[in-house]
Amino acid sequence: MRLSNHIYKTVEEINGQLIFVEGVQRARIGELVKIIDRTGNVDTDAEVLQVDGDRVMLQLVDLPLGMQKKSASAIFTDKISKVPVSEKMVNRFFSGSMQPLDNMPMFIREKNIPVTGYVINPVARKSPEDMVETGFSFIDGLNTLVMGQKLPIFSLSGLPSARVVVDIINNAFGGESESDSLIVFAALGLSYYESEYYMNNIKDSATDNICFLNMADDPLIERLLTPRYALSTAEYFAYEKKKNVLVIIADITNYCEALREISALREELPGRRGYPGYMYSDLASIYERAGRVKGMEGSVTLLPVLTVPEDDITHPIADLTGYITEGQIVFSRDMHQAGVYPPVDILQSLSRLMQKGIKSEEHKKITKGIFSNYAKGCKLRQMESIVGREGMSKEDINLLNFADTVENEFLHQEKKRSLKETLAIGDKILKEAGLY
Amino acid sequence: MKGKLIGISGYIVKARLAKAGIYDRVLVGERELTGENVFADACEGKVKEITEGDFLPESPVAKLEDGTKLYAYSQQPVRIPLASGEKQILKEPIITGQRVIDFFFPLMKGGVSIIPGGFGTGKTVLEQAIAKYADVDIVLYVGCGERGNEIAEMIEEFTTIKDVREDKLLRDRTVFVVNTSNMPVAARESSIYIAVCIGEYYRRMGYHVLLLADSISRWAEALKEISSSLEEMPGEEGYPTYMSSRIASYVERAGAVKTTVDDKIGSLSMVLSVSPPGADFAEPVTQTLLQNSGVFLMLDRELAYARHYPAINWTQSYSNYRDDLEDYYRQHVADDWQKLRRECLHILKQEQDLMEIRQIVGDEGMKDEDKEVIRLADKIKTEFLMQDAFSEDAYSPLQETYEKIKTILEQR
Repeated sequence: MRLSNHIYKTVEEINGQLIFVEGVQRARIGELVKIIDRTGNVDTDAEVLQVDGDRVMLQLVDLPLGMQKKSASAIFTDKISKVPVSEKMVNRFFSGSMQPLDNMPMFIREKNIPVTGYVINPVARKSPEDMVETGFSFIDGLNTLVMGQKLPIFSLSGLPSARVVVDIINNAFGGESESDSLIVFAALGLSYYESEYYMNNIKDSATDNICFLNMADDPLIERLLTPRYALSTAEYFAYEKKKNVLVIIADITNYCEALREISALREELPGRRGYPGYMYSDLASIYERAGRVKGMEGSVTLLPVLTVPEDDITHPIADLTGYITEGQIVFSRDMHQAGVYPPVDILQSLSRLMQKGIKSEEHKKITKGIFSNYAKGCKLRQMESIVGREGMSKEDINLLNFADTVENEFLHQEKKRSLKETLAIGDKILKEAGLY
Repeated sequence: MKGKLIGISGYIVKARLAKAGIYDRVLVGERELTGENVFADACEGKVKEITEGDFLPESPVAKLEDGTKLYAYSQQPVRIPLASGEKQILKEPIITGQRVIDFFFPLMKGGVSIIPGGFGTGKTVLEQAIAKYADVDIVLYVGCGERGNEIAEMIEEFTTIKDVREDKLLRDRTVFVVNTSNMPVAARESSIYIAVCIGEYYRRMGYHVLLLADSISRWAEALKEISSSLEEMPGEEGYPTYMSSRIASYVERAGAVKTTVDDKIGSLSMVLSVSPPGADFAEPVTQTLLQNSGVFLMLDRELAYARHYPAINWTQSYSNYRDDLEDYYRQHVADDWQKLRRECLHILKQEQDLMEIRQIVGDEGMKDEDKEVIRLADKIKTEFLMQDAFSEDAYSPLQETYEKIKTILEQR
C-alpha cells in the first residue's frame, strides 16, 4: 500500500507500447499507471507488466505519439484494474473498456470487482446440469448445451458465425426476458460493419443482454481485457444476483492474435506458430471461469466462437481450445455451400456434458438414432461416389436418403425452434425412414 | 487431524489416527483403506516415553532414549523416490473391466501405460473408467491442467457409487490431486510428483497402487512455461532439453517391489494420458513416453467420430506385457484366451483389407465368405469392443469378457 500517488520522472526507454521506468519502489503487477507528458500532449493509461528489481515494464493502452523520455512522468496509482458493476447494466452496449456506446450516461456502480475473477476450487464446483435452450435444433437436439459448460463454436472464415451468434442472443432461454437468465456478449476486434450488424440485430432483442464491443482499431491490451470484463460481469450476475448467465465471446482468434503481438513486444520466446507458450494457460483462465458453485444458484455458461485459421483444426488456437473446453461445435464449408444453415459438421461436433442436460428418455433415443444412422449414411456416401446408387442395397439407399433428410429438415432452419419442435422433427424423420 | 494412541510394544506403536502415517509400524483402525501396517523409516532404539491419549500430528507420539521423536505423520521430499525395497516383475494384470484393454492390450501391475489422443477422443472418460473399475487397492487420480467441471463431477460420483468388488465407496480408495488448467503453473508442475510420492508411500505398505494422470502433456507444458520464463535454452518444440530425462526418471518410479511388511509385494502402476498438440503423435512428449512405457493405447479420432467408444485403435495399439501375462490368463480364465485373441485380431485385420476392396467393387462384387468376415468383424466391434461407459455394461469381469468373445467367434 502506498499512502499517496508516486510520481516518477525516470522513464528510461520507450519501445512502441512498452516503456521502462527505473527506480520504482514497490510496484505491483497489474497496477494501473497514468502516463502524462505535457509537452508532447500525452495523457494515457498503462499497466505494470513486469517488475525486475526497481526496473518496471509498463504496457500502454495507446501508442504514445509525441512522448519524450525527459518530460514524461509515470504516476503509480496503487490500483489494480477492476470492473464496475451494477444491475443497471442490463440491455446496454459498452465498448471494450467499459464505456457506454448507446449515447446514455455511465451507470452508477454498485461495486468494483477484479477483472481476473477467482479460481474456483474444483471441490466447491457443482457439476453442470440442466440445459440452456439456444433455439437451434442442432445444439438443443444433438449437442445440448448445459448450464456451467463451456462449448466453443469452431467457425471458418466466410461462414455466417455472426448470424449464428445473433440468433442465439435473440433466441436463447426461450427467446424471452426472464428474471433468472442473462446473456453477456463480448465481441473482440470488430470492424465497423460487423459492429453495426450486431448493434442493429441485438438492440431489439427480447432477451436480457449486456454487450461489450471491442473494435479492431482499439488498443491491443483492451482486447485482452474485454473478455475478462464480460466474465467478471457475468460472475457478478450469476453468483450475486442468482442468474443463469450465458457468455458468448466472439472471436477468440482475434484475442489470440493480440496475445501473440503483445508477447512479441515483450520479447518472449515464441511457441507454436509464434503464439506464446503460455497460451494454453491464458485461454484456460478465460474458459475455466464457466461453471457452477455449490451453495449458489446461478451459473456461468460459456460459448466462445473462433474462426479456425486456414480451415485447419490442428491450428494452435482451435487445438488448445478443444483441449480445454467440454466439446466443440464445428462448422463445415461443404454444408455452407450446400445452403444449410447453421452450416455444422454433425459428426465432428460433440457436447461432452450432453448426458447431464437431457432429461427425457425420448430425447436420448432421438439423439442416438439420428447420430448413428447419419454416421452410417455418411460412410455410405463415399461408397456411392464409387459404385453409384445402383450397386447398393435397399437399406443402404434408405440410409443415404436419411442423411440428406437430416441435413435438410433437421439441421437446416430458418427461424427459432423450441426444444419441443426440435424433438418433433427428429421423431418424424426417424419414423419416416423406419429407423425409430 | 487427531488420533489416539492405544498401545506400544518395542518400536511397534499402535494408534488410532484420523489420517495415516507414523514412524514404524502403526496399527490404524480408523479406515479400512489405510489398512494395518503404516510405517515409515525404521529407526532403532528403545522407547523412553509414550504420549498417552489424544494427540495432534505435530506432537510426538513417542520419544526414544537417544532423544529421537516419533511423530504420527511423515514428510517426504516429493522429487526423491521413496526407498521401498527390491524391484520385481509382477506377472499379474490390472483388470480394468474394459474389454478391449483386458483382452487385447492388458496392463500389468507395476507397468506403465500411455493413452495418447486428440481432444474429443475420450481420454478422460477412459481414465475415469479405469479409475473406477481397476482391481487395485489404491487409486491416485491426478487432474493435471484439465477441466474443473470434470473433477467436480468425478468427486461427486466417487462419493456416491460403490466399488464393484467390495462394499465400500470408491472415495475410500481414491486420492485426488487436482490442479485445473486455470491454477498456477508451478503447482501443475509439482502435482504429478506429489501423486507419485503418495503412491510410493502406499506401495511400501504392500498395496497395489494405480496412478492415473490426466494429462502428462499439461505437465510438460508447465515445464516449458517455467523453463521459458527462466530464459533457458529451448530444445525441441520449445520444451526444455531436460524434459525427456525428467519423464524417464518419473516413469521409472513405477514398478512392483518386495516390501518389508511380511514380504508382501506392493506395486505402483501408471496410466498416463497424453494430449498431443494437433493429435500429431510425432511430438516430443508422446515420443519420449513411447520409449518409456509398456502399453500404448492409441485413441483414434475416426472411431470417436463414429461414436465407437472406447476409441482404442486395435491395429496401432500394443502391449509389451502381453506375453508375460499369458500364464495368468491361462490359470485364471481359460486355456484358449490367447488363441481367441489371435483369431479375433486376425478377423479385424482381414476386415480392414476387405473394406478397401468393397470400396472399389461394391457390395455385389464380394464373395459370400468375405461378406461373412465383414459381418463378424462388425459384430466384434459393436458387441465386444464398444463399451458404453455410462451404462450397466461399463464394467465387464474377465470371465464375462471371455464368454462374450467366445460366443461371437463360435457363430462362424
